[in-house]
Amino acid sequence: MSKQKKTRKDFLKSGLLLGAAATTGIGLLSSFKAPEVTSETVKVMTSDGKLVEVEVNKLAEPKIPKGEDLTLSDLQKRGREGIPGKKWVMVIDLSKCRNARKCMEACQHAHHLKPEQHHINVMQMQTAEYTAPFYMPKPCMHCDNTPCTKVCPVDATFKRQDGIVLIDNERCIGCRFCVAACPYSARVFNWSETIDEKENNQDTYDIELNVPQKKGTISKCIFSADRLRREELPYCVSACPNGVYYFGDRNEDAVTNGTTKETVRFSELIEKNGGYTLMPELGTKPSVYYLPPKDRVFEFNEEDKKKLDEEREHHG
Amino acid sequence: MSDKLPVEEQKKRFNKIADDIIRPITHHGGLQYWVFLLSLILTLFGYAYFIQVKDGLGVTGMHDYTAWGMYIANFVFFVAAALIGMLISAVLGLIGLKWITPITRIAEMIAVAFAMIAGLVIVFDMGRPDRLLNVFIHGRVQSPIIWDLTVVQVYTIISILLLILPLIPDMAIVSKRIPNAPKWEKMIWNFLSLGWIGTPEQYKIIHRSIRVLSILIVPVALMIHTVTSWLFAMTPRIGWDSTVFGPYFVTGAFVTGVAGVIVAMYFFRNNYKLHDYLTDFHFDKMGKLFVLVAMVYMYFNINEFLVPAYKMKAGDNHHIMTLFVGSWAGLFWFAQVFGNILPMFLPIFKYFRKPMPLMLISVLAILGAWIKRYIIVIPGQLHPFLPIQNVPEKFHAYIPTGPEIAITLGTIGMAITIITIFAKIFPVIPIWEVAEKEGIDKEIINE
Repeated sequence: MSKQKKTRKDFLKSGLLLGAAATTGIGLLSSFKAPEVTSETVKVMTSDGKLVEVEVNKLAEPKIPKGEDLTLSDLQKRGREGIPGKKWVMVIDLSKCRNARKCMEACQHAHHLKPEQHHINVMQMQTAEYTAPFYMPKPCMHCDNTPCTKVCPVDATFKRQDGIVLIDNERCIGCRFCVAACPYSARVFNWSETIDEKENNQDTYDIELNVPQKKGTISKCIFSADRLRREELPYCVSACPNGVYYFGDRNEDAVTNGTTKETVRFSELIEKNGGYTLMPELGTKPSVYYLPPKDRVFEFNEEDKKKLDEEREHHG
Repeated sequence: MSDKLPVEEQKKRFNKIADDIIRPITHHGGLQYWVFLLSLILTLFGYAYFIQVKDGLGVTGMHDYTAWGMYIANFVFFVAAALIGMLISAVLGLIGLKWITPITRIAEMIAVAFAMIAGLVIVFDMGRPDRLLNVFIHGRVQSPIIWDLTVVQVYTIISILLLILPLIPDMAIVSKRIPNAPKWEKMIWNFLSLGWIGTPEQYKIIHRSIRVLSILIVPVALMIHTVTSWLFAMTPRIGWDSTVFGPYFVTGAFVTGVAGVIVAMYFFRNNYKLHDYLTDFHFDKMGKLFVLVAMVYMYFNINEFLVPAYKMKAGDNHHIMTLFVGSWAGLFWFAQVFGNILPMFLPIFKYFRKPMPLMLISVLAILGAWIKRYIIVIPGQLHPFLPIQNVPEKFHAYIPTGPEIAITLGTIGMAITIITIFAKIFPVIPIWEVAEKEGIDKEIINE
């Protein structure tokens, strides 16, 4: 996948160069046609589909704004739009999860979360009394039929074109309707002073990282939108030591394993392993898929099993 | 009314009615204690809310698995209490029941007070109240919160109109009869009397306007509580995902409202010495109304609980068991017994329709009604679809804190303060309508 991406990126780059050429005017370039053929030339395509040859030293590197230079409103605008052409999906292989919790650590660290706040939470699950228990990492499902964004009164949480459900904590009024509406308990609220506020973090608010966190506003898993912008895999996916996570673009039908970096076909992975989504009966259409915990690589921890039994007795 | 009373007798009667009803506006026996108590509650509220704004909603018992707590339950209660204005002054008035005349203003005062504060209750629940304006700047029509705020505001406006329109002739009467009242009070009365002198044209306008508003308020009132129920029913959560929530909430509100009016009637009858106007007959009628609304509410309770309890679907089963026999059973059965079963059975017997017993049943019914909202809002959140794990043990329960209780009591204090102010500057019984019913000529009323 990475190789494929590279060529695509290169193509995009030349497209941008072409944009620059088009604005300065091809005519202008041709008038500069010097008799001595010194520098190398490169072929670029104009916006009307013509291939032209231009000298490399006549071209300037296009200005692609970097995150650090963007203002708050630029970041918010970019964050709301999302990344065109993408439909991000995550596949979680339950047969490989051994509750290492590196994903939780990396996530909490990246998003400046408190110990009890989870964007991703590794749960100990047992679907019925006599079925085998297993570990189940649970991020936000990034539903296509979102119970949470529908109810937001101010559009502070929204669904982007690439499928990510994001939040703008500069706009959130703290009504917590989204928390109440989410059937996956995926959202957390900053009930009191946040780590960022304690440390007096003055950074510009990055909507794609949701940092600095603000008291009185919502936080949740955002598929590490900041990393995707940099063409990197999400924090949790990269941190997993056990190959649990696959992440990628459904439009490309390709997902990459965060541990092995192996890229596979999404549809094939789901088909061969009986992939499913959580609580499909709710009609939420999640973007997170699970592979069943069959032929588990690791045994379920005895103590965790005891805890699970106790929990069932106390909390049902 | 067919046999006209002699003019002298009419004048005598009207003087008595007007004097009796107006007396509490100038005589304030025991008011200082009441004001002291309310000030204490409001001061406590101010302090608690200051702490909440300073330190965040973390000072409450809420957490990520009970994101809506006592405040939202209290909000639902407020909307329920506000609904009574529509039942008493609109529905019963429109179907032509004459006995409600002396009760309408009490009902409208309760409605206006609770509707006005309901919006504030929501603001006190916000994590970022400083961003309240975002609701107007970025408001989205998809969100039930926006629907709710809209209908509650519309209802408040119509209720205020339904309170002050029938006040117009009374304001003229009051202003004439208390010549030595403070200047500000005179100004209010004169302003609200809108130059009333009782011409046939004025009567025509006032009757027509009241009628139009009485019709208009019925759908709006149904909407405020239906939409409030949708705050829950529009989510897929256990305990909230119900199709009968709209009528279930509306009928519940009727029970709360009738109970509220009975308590207020009892209070005003004794403290304002209005025994001749709020008679045993009125309590008897209200008692029967109580039985009727409680029966309708019971019908929806059976639907709301029996249907899922029969199926015992995953999720619902645990929720229902904790309510029926589990950790929430005490509160649940208190709410059902005192908030529904007793009001449905006891006032069937004549004895329980007497003022004192009926008032006691009503107080318990109000308490039950408040707890019922608490039961509707909170337990469902504690039974999410996925287990509550890797969080502190206290996330398995919801225990309200001191500041949270103080803020909640404060909002109730605010509503009662508004009612107190109304009841001190306005007559709590419509003088002109009662006098008209007594067969007193319009000329004498507006003299």
